[in-house]
Amino acid sequence: MVERAAELDRAVLMHVHGRQGFTIPWGRVLLAIFSALVLLYLVAPVLIVLPMSFSAAKYLSFPPPGLSLQWYENFFARADWTAATIQSIRVAFTVMILATVLGVAASLALVRSSFPGKELVNLIIVSPLVVPAIIVAIAIYGIYVRLHLVQTFWGLVLAHTVLAIPYVIVNVSATLRGVDIRLEQAAQSLGANSWQTFRYVTLPLISPGIFAGAVFAFIASFDELIVALFIAGARGRTLPMRMFEGLRMEIDPTIAAVSSMLIVFSVVVLASAELARRRSRSD
Amino acid sequence: MTSSEVLAGRVSRESAFSRRLQFQRQVTYLLLLLPTLLMLIVLFVYPILRLLVTSVYDGHQLTLEHYRRIVEVDLYVRVLSTTFTIAFQVTLICLVLGYPLAYFLATLRPRTARLLMILVLIPFWTSILVRTYAWMVLLQRQGVLNRWLLEWGLIDEPLRMMYNRIGVLVGMTHVLLPFMVLPAYAVMRGIDRNLLRAAANLGASPFHAFLRVFLPLSLPGVAAGSLLVFILALGFFITPALMGGRTDMMIAQLIETQIRTQLNFPFAAALATVLLVVTLVIFAIYNRLLGLDKMFGGGY
Repeated sequence: MVERAAELDRAVLMHVHGRQGFTIPWGRVLLAIFSALVLLYLVAPVLIVLPMSFSAAKYLSFPPPGLSLQWYENFFARADWTAATIQSIRVAFTVMILATVLGVAASLALVRSSFPGKELVNLIIVSPLVVPAIIVAIAIYGIYVRLHLVQTFWGLVLAHTVLAIPYVIVNVSATLRGVDIRLEQAAQSLGANSWQTFRYVTLPLISPGIFAGAVFAFIASFDELIVALFIAGARGRTLPMRMFEGLRMEIDPTIAAVSSMLIVFSVVVLASAELARRRSRSD
Repeated sequence: MTSSEVLAGRVSRESAFSRRLQFQRQVTYLLLLLPTLLMLIVLFVYPILRLLVTSVYDGHQLTLEHYRRIVEVDLYVRVLSTTFTIAFQVTLICLVLGYPLAYFLATLRPRTARLLMILVLIPFWTSILVRTYAWMVLLQRQGVLNRWLLEWGLIDEPLRMMYNRIGVLVGMTHVLLPFMVLPAYAVMRGIDRNLLRAAANLGASPFHAFLRVFLPLSLPGVAAGSLLVFILALGFFITPALMGGRTDMMIAQLIETQIRTQLNFPFAAALATVLLVVTLVIFAIYNRLLGLDKMFGGGY
């Protein structure tokens, strides 16, 4: 249908402007070239980092003179890199679970009920997404100093959970709004209590949104640098902190190996979240 | 008792019952919301309010000393103006690069557009540190780009493309461009093509049809993208810290150094307040113009 419409479109334009035969649409060609260049700019870093991580050279060079796994070996052999990676995974995993549980519960309340001040609550919930990370970082640092939560595992987990909850709520609320409330009413009229209704009717229907939200929550914590810089401390150093140090001092090619693994990981994980979200919308 | 009285009694009993049920449901919902709300209040709202107070209250009296320092010391005025200039430049570049791209994608068949959109989403999903690293590899003195340009004889000595404004703009635009393209594309997709056909039928040239019909209709998406890019650019830390020069310090870096090296929390709090107020004002404009729900519905 769309293709037919586009053809019709072109035919009408040709007719109206009295063009005869085939002319090269120069404007469109220029637009296509320009767009291709912008897209190249967007993917260039990925195209550079992946081949470079397999470089056999001892310094940065592109294209790599030969292939080797030396930078990957270096990554896995060095305790500072692996410890930071494990710490990041531990923090992000805990954040994911906390943020998902809290976020799903809050979404149910926000979508299914109305109460005075709901606007304000909504505003508070999305604001961690727009308030600059540096402000969140020093604000939380300010109270953590007094609460003795600086340089603790749970301190970092709680701070990251605040940043991750909005992603869960945005995703879960979107799917929840698409759920036909009559299905829940039908379950209840057949004798299901609130919990059973949620567990056997609502939960399966919103699971794609929960999955997407959980993935975004994991990545939000896993990639977070600025808050961690202030409150994680040297012993609880996360992977982004280790990378930041590496980039500040010398540009260590080990980072190419780390970066490549991160690209593959986040693209796979986020693409599956995006697919889940789209599927839940089209249903 | 007449039948209508019986009916009225039953109705009121039933409504009392349903009211109680309603009340129970409300209580359940509030209990579900409470943990998240408490957490956000204790770890987000309260800390930020405390920050605001710290910036004007030294423990004994109110003071505007820290704000006076921001506007009186040249260095800090320069940091503020650099921050706004960079945010403005990045927004402009994103507009110039993003609008044509979004327009082009919107004219393609949906299937093709979705495939090409993956190229916008892959960098969007990649950590900022990874992308900054890649740009450092590309742009540094001995970097990939310089070496290619030298080999091809286009330049005689390496260009300085990093540790200055160019590096910051290239890196920040790369991170923020998807925030322009995604909302602009979403709005452009929704524009009814029949309107353009109608304009053509009425004798408008393709350029005129674009200018008078398409462009105005696409403005909400462009406005959303621009405001978002501007807000996010103001608070940027990683890219300017790694790719900027000494003279390109932005406000987030200044806040960081004030705390980590000067240990001057009240002054950092004043700087943070300035950044926060500006961000929230633009955010409020966004909300008034476009509604909050549009902001994060489209993507990550």
